[in-house]
Amino acid sequence: METYSALRAFADSWMLLAMTLFFVGVLVWAFRPGSRQAHADSANLIFRNDDRPAGAGQATRGAPSKEGRP
Amino acid sequence: MWDYLKLVVLGLVALLAAIAANYARDFPFHLHMLLFMVAAGGLFLWTLRRMEEPRRVPAASGYMDGPVRAGVIATAFWGVVGFLVGVWIAAQLAWPGLNFHWAEGYLNFGRLRPLHTSAVIFAFGGNALIATSFYVVQRTSAARLWGGNAAWFVFWGYNFFIVLAATGYVLGVTQSKEYAEPEWYIDLWLTIVWVVYLAVFLGTIMNRKERHIYVANWFYLSFIVTIAMLHLVNNAALPVSVFGSKSVILWPGVQDAMIQWWYGHNAVGFFLTAGFLGMMYYFIPKQAERPVYSYKLSIIHFWALIFLYIWAGPHHLHYTALPDWASTLGMVFSVMLWMPSWGGMINGLMTLSGAWDKLRTDPIIRMMVVSVGFYGMSTFEGPMMSIRAVNSLSHYTDWTIGHVHSGALGWNGMITFGALYFLVPRLWNRERLYSLALVSWHFWLATIGIVLYAASMWVTGIMEGLMWREVDAQGYLVNAFADTVAAKFPMYVVRAIGGLLFLTGACIMCYNLWKTVTSVGEKRPAATAVPAE
Repeated sequence: METYSALRAFADSWMLLAMTLFFVGVLVWAFRPGSRQAHADSANLIFRNDDRPAGAGQATRGAPSKEGRP
Repeated sequence: MWDYLKLVVLGLVALLAAIAANYARDFPFHLHMLLFMVAAGGLFLWTLRRMEEPRRVPAASGYMDGPVRAGVIATAFWGVVGFLVGVWIAAQLAWPGLNFHWAEGYLNFGRLRPLHTSAVIFAFGGNALIATSFYVVQRTSAARLWGGNAAWFVFWGYNFFIVLAATGYVLGVTQSKEYAEPEWYIDLWLTIVWVVYLAVFLGTIMNRKERHIYVANWFYLSFIVTIAMLHLVNNAALPVSVFGSKSVILWPGVQDAMIQWWYGHNAVGFFLTAGFLGMMYYFIPKQAERPVYSYKLSIIHFWALIFLYIWAGPHHLHYTALPDWASTLGMVFSVMLWMPSWGGMINGLMTLSGAWDKLRTDPIIRMMVVSVGFYGMSTFEGPMMSIRAVNSLSHYTDWTIGHVHSGALGWNGMITFGALYFLVPRLWNRERLYSLALVSWHFWLATIGIVLYAASMWVTGIMEGLMWREVDAQGYLVNAFADTVAAKFPMYVVRAIGGLLFLTGACIMCYNLWKTVTSVGEKRPAATAVPAE
């Protein structure tokens, strides 16, 4: 079979199936039971670590973030 | 050691650029190679002079906000430049006399139009995306930017690309692909910058201290990866000479057209949509001070958008040599795309549920909400226009231009303005914005400007579409092309006025941000009461 036809046949059969299954998997994963807490935690992630990276200590608190330019 | 390597690379680049400039076959290539030579040579001298200086040890603990600050300034600057050129070419369309005779071949409509589109999409939008992605990825990963000064390279390298592209357009360097006009050597330079950008972004995500990768980063990452892929495939070209700016595209005929619009539509889908959705998912919840409405919906929004957008390109090629099945496929996927788009819009809007009163008091939130509203509007209009029957009326008319601008001015512009107002007080450690009243002025000028723009383009677009297809009883066309041009004049004036209002709003924003940095007091660390333990 020529390349075009082979790719075309692959694209509208197995590849299409694989992508559809992946997407269904995403839906199932998003709605999986017991995920409410994890999603709430992820959604609130933006309200942490506003001023400095995690574990950077109190030293940089409130100081203007002037990183040294070598 | 690192400095010596830098010197070798910079010296080589400067030397090769000098050789290329010497053998250049055309003036624009000569000029661009001289620019490369001056940039590399200047950096060479700068590095050399600082070799002996003792190093300040970089405070590797804090976030790296220098490139973000520079990006914010560049966004505001290129925004005003891009809007100004837009107003100018709108005026040129209304009053063709503005294509001055003395500037013929440099500043006429054909040369300035790609300058306008690239300035607003790639210079204004691109700098906004790079700056906000660097800001967001650090905060949501709780980690400093990876790669040290690589982020500075991304900023300066990207803006150097913009200067090359912009000067090239005016001098006639173009490969005539919409939104991909820069020639081969400029494309190669962008590829280098983009790979470093991807490395910095991915490296930061890999260093993250949070377990989960926040959804905004998914959108930013898909934007970076997809743009890399589109850029490489669409710009596959063979230079006529390594010392000249002209190149020949590898794809033949209708395949070239298909690849061009696969690129063109996904530039809209991943540059102007996915990237800016990353902004939406961070800045709207932050400004509203509440988490996004539904995190589940945001996951589904992401994957549905990614899966559907990539197929929508062929709707640009209805009634062409492209096979019918291909353009039908593009049309069907475009219509399906309506669903994830509106899912995302609902997610953004409903984030304000329970906090709608903020619309009254906070003009920044108002800006962001109007932006998401325009996103919803143009993602409804787009699928509708992609339907073959509608497209037969709308294609080649000003309706398309109106559609693009309701998306670009309304959605991309407004969300970027909102993000800039959010970022500047935080990046420069100011207590607040200089003036909320000026933000309101900006909001209303921009909104009225967009309404004037979109409404006049609807009228003129549908009018000229109907005029073009009008036939008399004998089957002859009723209108000459010049008749439609004459009929469009009043709408073109209204459009130019709308653009002028939008530009005025952006200038007010620049003044407001400037005053925020220069005359608002520093933010004092809040005297937080430490709970007794």
